[in-house]
Amino acid sequence: MFDTALTMNDLIFLAKGAGITLIVTAIAVFFGTILGVIFGVFRFQVGPIWAAPLTFVLDVFRSIPLLIQLVLANAFVTTVLGWRVTGFSWNVTGFVVACGVLSLYTAAYCSEIVRGGVEAVPPNLRRAARSLGLSWGQEMTSVTAPMAVRVALPSWIGLSLGVMKDSSLVFIIGVVELLRSTQVLITRLQEPLFLLMVCGAFYFLISFPIARFGGYLERRWTYD
Amino acid sequence: MIEIENVRKSFGALEVLKGIDLTVAKGEVLTVIGGSGSGKSTLLTCINGLEPINSGRIKVDGTEVHAKSTDLNKLRQKIGIVFQQWNAFPHLTVLENVMLAPRKALGMTKAQAEEVAVKQLTHVGLAEKLSVYPTRMSGGQQQRMAIARALAMSPTYMLFDEVTSALDPMLVGEVLDTLRLLASEGMTMICVTHEMKFAREVSDRVAFFHQGVMAEIAPPDRLFGAPQHLETQKFLAATH
Repeated sequence: MFDTALTMNDLIFLAKGAGITLIVTAIAVFFGTILGVIFGVFRFQVGPIWAAPLTFVLDVFRSIPLLIQLVLANAFVTTVLGWRVTGFSWNVTGFVVACGVLSLYTAAYCSEIVRGGVEAVPPNLRRAARSLGLSWGQEMTSVTAPMAVRVALPSWIGLSLGVMKDSSLVFIIGVVELLRSTQVLITRLQEPLFLLMVCGAFYFLISFPIARFGGYLERRWTYD
Repeated sequence: MIEIENVRKSFGALEVLKGIDLTVAKGEVLTVIGGSGSGKSTLLTCINGLEPINSGRIKVDGTEVHAKSTDLNKLRQKIGIVFQQWNAFPHLTVLENVMLAPRKALGMTKAQAEEVAVKQLTHVGLAEKLSVYPTRMSGGQQQRMAIARALAMSPTYMLFDEVTSALDPMLVGEVLDTLRLLASEGMTMICVTHEMKFAREVSDRVAFFHQGVMAEIAPPDRLFGAPQHLETQKFLAATH
């Protein structure tokens, strides 16, 4: 009824690709979020005029297609800086460039999410907290942050899932992640539809827990 | 002692305080009345440094509030303020709301802060509500929680900015009772209020503000019984 040349080894090969996708995504979301929080809070705190140069740079990262950013960054690093490292049989430079570009791309979106979250905290609450003698930092961490996180969480989960799917583009600079692994198998086995289904299933397996975890946090954090 | 000397304050082109001179002694209960936009609420936010002033001077126990060298976070620990909107922190329970500042700003341990918070919440009649989230309470209860939250810092002075104005008429009484209790305990208080009966009852002095100027200040029986200023007479006639 159903026949495929896909072997256990091929599945392991795909799983390794999925692992790279996960690692690239995790690194990008981790650093992107840290940078995004710093940029977002900075933009909120200094106001639109002083933040304009930063906002402009972030807008550049948001508006240029990721594929172009990856190719240009990779070209810059390998030719201009002459930094080309391969080791452990894989492309170290490509991996680092991929993580760097994706982190900045994530940070650009994340800073918008953070700014929106912080802006959603009523100024009166922050004022009340300061009037109790809390410093700016104490107020930020104990009142603004927990409230802003609740507002920002759904968008942030959406961003993380988006970055995971966008990470498939890093194949262009020679990083063999999930989609690229699938393409390799398609070339060899000539079963594109079936392999794309398997690949999609892998993506789903990674995304679904993240989405559900987001939903769980959202429910848990609802004000009772 | 709170000393206010010739304080002027503008929001853009609008001057809301036009040279206020006022001294509030320890243990005194001062109420401030007047129409909307008379500058009375602004004065309170200037006293604890939430708003900068354009000129003049405000000193609290000899410390100049708006001096660059003043540590406002420290100064605010002894000036509690409660606003018209109670501003409960919605992500914290009632107990946590009150514990927050003693823990962070005073560096108390969890146990110490909890002891203080329970004491103050009991004081305002919320001993039953410790683990409730504020959004589950009435406005009056949230406002009393806000009062307990300010009291938990053991302030020397309490500023009340129209604390009953946003409340359902049914709930005004319970909050005013809390203020009466504080007054009877000798707390130094400045209350901006529209509750004339309350002002008359608890105040040592009543100040009437009109268009950014303190038009009149006198003990309650004199200010309500024989107002000197024409605007005071008009205001009292309109509110009675």
